[in-house]
Amino acid sequence: MSNVSTEIEPVQDPGPAPHVMRNADIDPKAEKRAEQQVAILFGLSGVSSLLLIYSYVFIASDVFVFIPVMGSQNVQQLGLGLGMAFSLLFLGLGAIHWAKKLMPETEVINHRHEFRSSDEDRDELVKTVKHAAAEVKLGRRSLIKRSLGFSLGLFALPPVLLLRDLGPLPKKQLETTNWKAGTRLVTDPGNRPILASDLEVGAVVQTLPEMPNETERLLSDIAKDPVLLIRIRAEEFQLSPEKLAMTHDGIIAFSKICSHMGCAVALYEQATKHLLCPCHQSTFDVTRGAKVIFGPAARPLPQLDITVDEEGYLIARAPFNESVGPSYWERNSQ
Amino acid sequence: MKRLSRYRRHKAAGPFLLVFALLAIGTTFNVASATVKQSPNSFARTSAIEEGRQIFLKGCSSCHGLNAEGGAIAPSLIGVGAASVDFQVGTGRMPMADMSTQAMRKAPVYNAEETAALAAYVASLAPGPAIPTDALLNYERDGSTAEGGELFRNNCAMCHNFAGQGGALTQGKYAPTLMGVEPKYIYEALITGPQSMPVFSDKTITPAEKLSLIKWIKSAEKEPNLGGATMGRIGPVTEGLLAWVLGIGLLIGIAVWLTTKAR
Amino acid sequence: MTTAEKRLGNAANFVDERIGAAGWVKKSLNKVFPDHWSFMLGEVCMYSFVILLLSGTFLTLWFDPSQRDVIYEGVYEPLKGIKMSAAYASTLDISFEVRGGLLMRQIHHWAANIFMAAIVAHLLRVFFTGAFRKPREFNWILGILLLTLGFVEGLFGYSLPDDLLSGTGLRITSAIIQAIPLVGTYISFFLFGGAFPGVGFLPRIFTLHVLLIPGAFLAVITIHVMLVWYQKHTQFPGPGRTEKNVVGHPILPVYMAKAGGFFFIVFGVIAFLSAVASINPIWLYGPYTPGQISAGSQPDWYMGWLDGLVRMAPPLETHAFGHTVSWNILIPALIVPGILFTGMAFYPFIESWITGDKREHHLLDRPRNVPNRTALGVMSITFVMVALINGGNDILATNFHLSINQIMWFSRIGIFVLPPLAFVITKRLCLSLQRADRDLVLHGLETGRLVRMSSGEFVEIHEPISPQKRFVLTSHEQAPALELSATDARGVKRPGAIKNKVRARLSKAHAVGLPKVTAEDLKEIEHH
Repeated sequence: MSNVSTEIEPVQDPGPAPHVMRNADIDPKAEKRAEQQVAILFGLSGVSSLLLIYSYVFIASDVFVFIPVMGSQNVQQLGLGLGMAFSLLFLGLGAIHWAKKLMPETEVINHRHEFRSSDEDRDELVKTVKHAAAEVKLGRRSLIKRSLGFSLGLFALPPVLLLRDLGPLPKKQLETTNWKAGTRLVTDPGNRPILASDLEVGAVVQTLPEMPNETERLLSDIAKDPVLLIRIRAEEFQLSPEKLAMTHDGIIAFSKICSHMGCAVALYEQATKHLLCPCHQSTFDVTRGAKVIFGPAARPLPQLDITVDEEGYLIARAPFNESVGPSYWERNSQ
Repeated sequence: MKRLSRYRRHKAAGPFLLVFALLAIGTTFNVASATVKQSPNSFARTSAIEEGRQIFLKGCSSCHGLNAEGGAIAPSLIGVGAASVDFQVGTGRMPMADMSTQAMRKAPVYNAEETAALAAYVASLAPGPAIPTDALLNYERDGSTAEGGELFRNNCAMCHNFAGQGGALTQGKYAPTLMGVEPKYIYEALITGPQSMPVFSDKTITPAEKLSLIKWIKSAEKEPNLGGATMGRIGPVTEGLLAWVLGIGLLIGIAVWLTTKAR
Repeated sequence: MTTAEKRLGNAANFVDERIGAAGWVKKSLNKVFPDHWSFMLGEVCMYSFVILLLSGTFLTLWFDPSQRDVIYEGVYEPLKGIKMSAAYASTLDISFEVRGGLLMRQIHHWAANIFMAAIVAHLLRVFFTGAFRKPREFNWILGILLLTLGFVEGLFGYSLPDDLLSGTGLRITSAIIQAIPLVGTYISFFLFGGAFPGVGFLPRIFTLHVLLIPGAFLAVITIHVMLVWYQKHTQFPGPGRTEKNVVGHPILPVYMAKAGGFFFIVFGVIAFLSAVASINPIWLYGPYTPGQISAGSQPDWYMGWLDGLVRMAPPLETHAFGHTVSWNILIPALIVPGILFTGMAFYPFIESWITGDKREHHLLDRPRNVPNRTALGVMSITFVMVALINGGNDILATNFHLSINQIMWFSRIGIFVLPPLAFVITKRLCLSLQRADRDLVLHGLETGRLVRMSSGEFVEIHEPISPQKRFVLTSHEQAPALELSATDARGVKRPGAIKNKVRARLSKAHAVGLPKVTAEDLKEIEHH
C-alpha cells in the first residue's frame, strides 16, 4: 500500500456547517420553558436535601422496607443516600441543562503559540548561566567542591539509618513455630485436646499448638502455627517410610499455611483427599504427603510428626523439620 | 389430505408445523422415559425396614449394590447411618439424576414416609449417625450466634464462602449455598460428611457448637443487606463489575448528553 | 451602577491593588476548552479524587488505625464478644452507630473503584487518540505515575478495616515482598514491624494512605492539570480545527457551568451507587486472623489482574546452595507488571522512534487511522482481561457451574494466544473501517432506496455526505514509513544496522493504511 497522499493536494477545509439556532434562541416561549425546566431541576435538588436532613433526624436506624429485586433495605440508609444522591444529581443536571439550552453556544477560537522559546531568550539564558558559573569559579575551587561533595554525600545515609528501628531483623523467626516435642494439638476455636480415637475416617480438624498457662496467642503466631489434622484409611497412604512414620494410624498432620503465599489451606475434599487453597487454587494430595498436583505452589505443605501421649491425646513428636509458609531467599528448600 | 394440502403455502404453516413437531417429540420422550413409581400402599403391611429394603432394591441397588455394599460408581452404605440417608434422599440429591461431577440438590423423588423407610433400612445394616431429634435442634435456645460465626469462619467459610453463599472445589465440584437449608439437613451434613464435605463428628465439633453454627447461618440468612443490594454477597468481583457497568456507564451516558448540541 | 456592581467592584479593587490579578484572570476566563464526551473521563478522575478526599476526611474522624485487641461490645449481634483489632471495631462503629457512617464508607469505596476505572478509561482514550505525542509525553508519564499511586492507595485503603478479606490480601502482599531475593525478608520485617502480620503495620499504612500518598496525588494531579491548561487541550480533527488553534467554549460561562455541573453529576452518581448497592460489608467477612480464609477471596478489581497472573503461574522455584528463588511469585507479581508499566510509560518515545515523527501534535487521531497503535492497545486490553477473568475463576466456577481447573488452563493458554489474535483482528478491522470511510467519501451514504432505470438496471441512490464530514474523513495524516538502509551510499555497513533494520520494519508495519481520498479523487468523482 503506497502512501503518497501527503504530496498530493488534500481535501480543503470547508469551514464550519451553517449554524442551527436552538429553540430557546428564537422562540421566547421555548426560552421560558427551558428556564422553568432548569428551575424544576434545582427545586428537586433542594427537596432531596430536605429528604437527607429528614432521614438523618427522624428516621431510626433499625427500620427496614422490602423493595423488589433489592430485598429488605434499611430506610435510613436509603433516605440519606438517595437524598444526597439526588440533591447532587439534580443540581448538576440543572446547571448543564442551563448551559445547553440558554447559555451562548458560539464556539470561540484560541490560537496556539509555539512552545519553543525565542532564540534571543535561549542565548540570554545560556549567557546568564555561563556568566554566573564563571564568577563562582567552580572549576578552580576544587577544595570547596570536594568538601561540599563529602558533606552532601554523607547526608544520604542518616535518612536510611533513622528507619532501622521500623522492625526487628528476621533472624530465626521465619524458621520456628510454637510446635515442640510433646506439644498437644488443640481445637481451633475451643482449645480442646484431641483424642486420636475421636477422629473418624474422613474427618478434618483445625488445630493449634497448646499454649502453656493461658498465654495469649499472638496473631504472628497464628500466622505460622495452624495445623490441619486429617484422618484417612492408613492403607491409602502413598508415602516414603520416613513420612509414613510421621503419621499415626491413618491420621496425618500438615501445616495449614500455604507454601505458596501463606493463605490458610483449609479446604479438604473428603472424596478425593485433596486440599485446595482458595487464594490461587493450589491443590495438594494428602495421600502423597500434600504433594502439589495443580496450581502455582511449588512445594508440598510441611508435615508435622505426630503421635499420641499416654492418655491417647494427639501430640507433636518434634517441631516442623522445615520452615512453614511462603518461600524466601534464605530458605533452605532442598 | 387434499383439504390439508390446500394450506401448504399458508404463512402460519411453518410455525405451526414447528410447534407441532416440538410438542410431539417432547411428549413422546416424556412418556417413553417415565419411570414407574411404586405407590407405598402396596407395602402397607410390611415393617419400615422391609419397606425400605424394597425401595432400596428398586431405586438404589443398581449403583449401590444389592446389599448396599457399594461398587465402582457408588460407595458402600454400610455404616453411613440414618442421618446420611435422610440428608441425601430428603434433599433430593439421591437418587442421582445424571452421573456428572456432583450430586446436586433437586426435588426429592421419595416422600417423607419412603425416606424414613430407606433410612431405617440403611441404619439396620450397621451402626451409624442417627437423625437428630427436634429436641437436639433447638438452636435458638442452645446456640450462640457469635460463637457460631467464629466456628463458621474457621471450619466452613473456606468452602462455603464467608456468607454461606457457596464456593468452588476442584474439577467442577462445588460447596453449595447454605441459604435456605433446613437446620436438620445442616446438622446431618456436618455429622455424615456428604460427598466432598469432611466429617465433623460430635467429638470435634460438639452438638452445642453445631447448634451455634446453625444459629449463625440462620441469622446470616435473615440478615437484611444494610448497605444496599449485594449482588449475591460474592465480594469485590461483582462490585468491580457494577462500578464499570453502572458507574462508568452512567457517567459516560451523561457526558455524551452534556456535549450534544441542544435543540 | 447598581449596588451589586459597586460592591463587586470594590472587592475586585481590594484584591487587584494587592496582587494585580486582572490580567491573568481575564486571560483565564477567556480560555477555551474543546467539547467531546471522551474528554470528560479525566474530569471524572479528578472529581472522584475530590470526593475521596471529602469522604475520607469524614471517615478519619471516627476510624482508629490500631491493631490492639479489643472485645466488641457494639450493636452488631453476630460479632458481640469477639476479639478483634480496634481498627475493625471502629469500622463496625462507623457502619452501625454513626449516622451516615455506612453511607460515607460506601461513598469512599465506590468513589475509589470509579476513580480507578475512570483512570483506565481516560488512559485508553489518550492512548487510542494519540494525545500522548509531543509535547505531552511528560504528562503521559505523570498519568502512569498516578495510575500506579492509585493501585497502592486503593490496596492500603481497603486493608485499613483489617477484615478477613483484606487481611488475606496483605498476607499475599507480604509473601510477594518476602520473595524478593536478598533483601525480601528484611523489607517485609521492616514494613510490618516484625513477622506477619506485625503490630505496627496498620498505623503505618494509615499514615501513607491519609497523608503521604494523597499529598503525592495532589502534587502530581496539580502538575498534570496545569500542563493541560498551559499546553491547551487537544482536539479532534474537524472543519475550522488546525494544529495551530483550539476551538471550543470559553470558561465563563459555558465551560464553568458544564464542568462544574459535571462535578455534581459525578458526586451524585457515586452517592446513588452508595445508596442502593452494598460494597465491602466487612461485618460479614469477620475480623482478620491468619488461620481463616473464605472461598472466593479476591482483591478489588484493579488488582484482580495481578491475582489472575499469580494464579496461572506455573510452579517454578529454584532451590540452590541453601537459597530459594520463587519465580512463581516474582514473575507474575513483579517482573511482568514491571515490564508492562515501564513499557507503557515510555510508549510515546517508542512510537516516535518507530515513526521518526518529531513534530508537535495537537489534533487527535481517529483510532482507525492508526491501525498498529490501536491493535497494540486492544492486545494489551486482551492480556489484562484474560488475567482478570482468571482472577475470578472460582467465582465464575461457582456461579456458572464450571471447573476452576478448566478456566485455569484456558487462561494459561489464552494469555499467550489471545492477545496476538486480538492484534491481528483489530488491525484488519481498522483497515476495513478505513475502507468504509473511503467508500463513504467517494460514493456517499447508502440510502437503501432503489430506483429502476429506463434501461432496466436497478441502482441504489447514494446521498453525498456533508463537506464537513468529508473533511473529517480525509484530513488525517498518513506519513510514509522510514527509509533506513543497513548500508550507506557506498555499501559499507552502518553502525547500529540491526537497530535500523528493526526500526525500519516496525515503521513499515506502523504505516500500513489505506491511501486516503484526495481532492483529485473527488474531482474525478464529480466528473463521473
